[in-house]
Amino acid sequence: MSEKKFSKKHEWVSLDGDVATVGITKHATEMLGDIVFVEVPDAGKAVEKEGQAAVVESTKAASDVYSPISGEITEGNKAIADDPGSVNSDPEGVSWFFKLKIKDKGEYDSLMSKDEYDKFCKENPS
Amino acid sequence: MEVQKTALYDYHKNLGAKFVPFAGYEMPIQYKEGIVKEHISTRTHAGFFDVSHMGQFFLEGDETLIESLEKIIPADLENLKINHSKYSFLLNNEGGIIDDLIITRTEKGFCIILNAACKENDIKQISQFLKKNHKHVLNKDLSLIALQGPKSVEILEKLIPGVANLKFMTGNNFKYEGQNLYITRSGYTGEDGFEISISNAKVEKLIDYLISNEVKPVGLGARDTLRLEAGLCLYGHDLNEKINPVEANLKWAIAKKRKEVGGFNGWEKIKSLLANGSEKIRVGIKPDGKVIARENTKIFSSDNNEIGFVTSGTFGPSVNAPVAMGYVKSEFSEIGTSIQLEVRGKKYGGKISELPFYKKSYVK
Repeated sequence: MSEKKFSKKHEWVSLDGDVATVGITKHATEMLGDIVFVEVPDAGKAVEKEGQAAVVESTKAASDVYSPISGEITEGNKAIADDPGSVNSDPEGVSWFFKLKIKDKGEYDSLMSKDEYDKFCKENPS
Repeated sequence: MEVQKTALYDYHKNLGAKFVPFAGYEMPIQYKEGIVKEHISTRTHAGFFDVSHMGQFFLEGDETLIESLEKIIPADLENLKINHSKYSFLLNNEGGIIDDLIITRTEKGFCIILNAACKENDIKQISQFLKKNHKHVLNKDLSLIALQGPKSVEILEKLIPGVANLKFMTGNNFKYEGQNLYITRSGYTGEDGFEISISNAKVEKLIDYLISNEVKPVGLGARDTLRLEAGLCLYGHDLNEKINPVEANLKWAIAKKRKEVGGFNGWEKIKSLLANGSEKIRVGIKPDGKVIARENTKIFSSDNNEIGFVTSGTFGPSVNAPVAMGYVKSEFSEIGTSIQLEVRGKKYGGKISELPFYKKSYVK
């Protein structure tokens, strides 16, 4: 598994060969609050970079989860759809959102490193 | 208009509140622990809510005051005993709800608790019916604290002896720190609890005491999930000027005498609605799965005809399921009727459900 990369929309990506795993960051879960509903994409769905791929809802509001990278979904994480609260407890570990087969590794390379992302969050508090 | 703050603003800040603008005020939406924990601790122990943004409107006058108020409020104010409260509304000429409120009879007249977003307009509407010898004031020197949850009575009784004797929807004057407090046994969560009207100067001291008794601060986020589980309406969402009490399924809140005799704004319209029923009606809604049907979600019948819309919807932490309220055509309002909810372009199953979603017995 490669190092994690991060998007400005608060998703993380890790890469294993040409299969990427995508989830939302700890910072994102802290902004969202208690997560009570998750909808993950079905295998076979094509997603574009920065296209809507999943849905996450907290007690406050619904938000879209975007794919930071283009490709074809190979698996949505059904475990988080069954237990949405698990996203709050381990967002960057077991509670990933979906895996996809990527087309262009360049899209992954262009995302932020952990340090860059942490800096981005500090500069863009919300 | 400049954004307003309650007397507890800095106190909330020190408690780690996240603020949102609400009805012209900066109000805590949640504190450090988050909405679900705040909700659960209110249901299992006790929580306090700063609701000082709400209007505390005091009226004084002779017996003609009752006559004046009854023109716009369909409660039986004549027979309302001193220190007793009623849930009621201000009605417009069409019978639409200008605001929902709690009115309490006091020694000298009445106290009305008004929604923050409506209070200025409410006072204008009420004033049209007042006479020169009727005095009225929107008191801005008072905070309003709701203490809600099963431990509320035990905790407040230790500080202010006598509150345990209050019955639900009654109030009285009490002494605290040499000052007068008006406390009612009421609330907006479906739990036993109190609403405490206290001077801005003393409110921090009261909150210090509550916190020392492990009463958690609760923000507007959990206030919303608690009231929705309890089946209670939120003005501006579930109620507005175009909705009347019959449609809102709140005809129980129109006094029996007033239903017979009338004499209030919109009476002709409401009389006919009481006799014939309304086209649409407010219902509880339970989505079948985990999907949350939020405000403005379209409601369809099982054979795909659009029959209504959601006015409030969230995840209910104590019900441990999504819950919603909305309006449907009356023929679809029977409990258990299967419906469909359109969320993000997809239709999900659901059922018309009994209200409240969460039941608790008040102290009567």
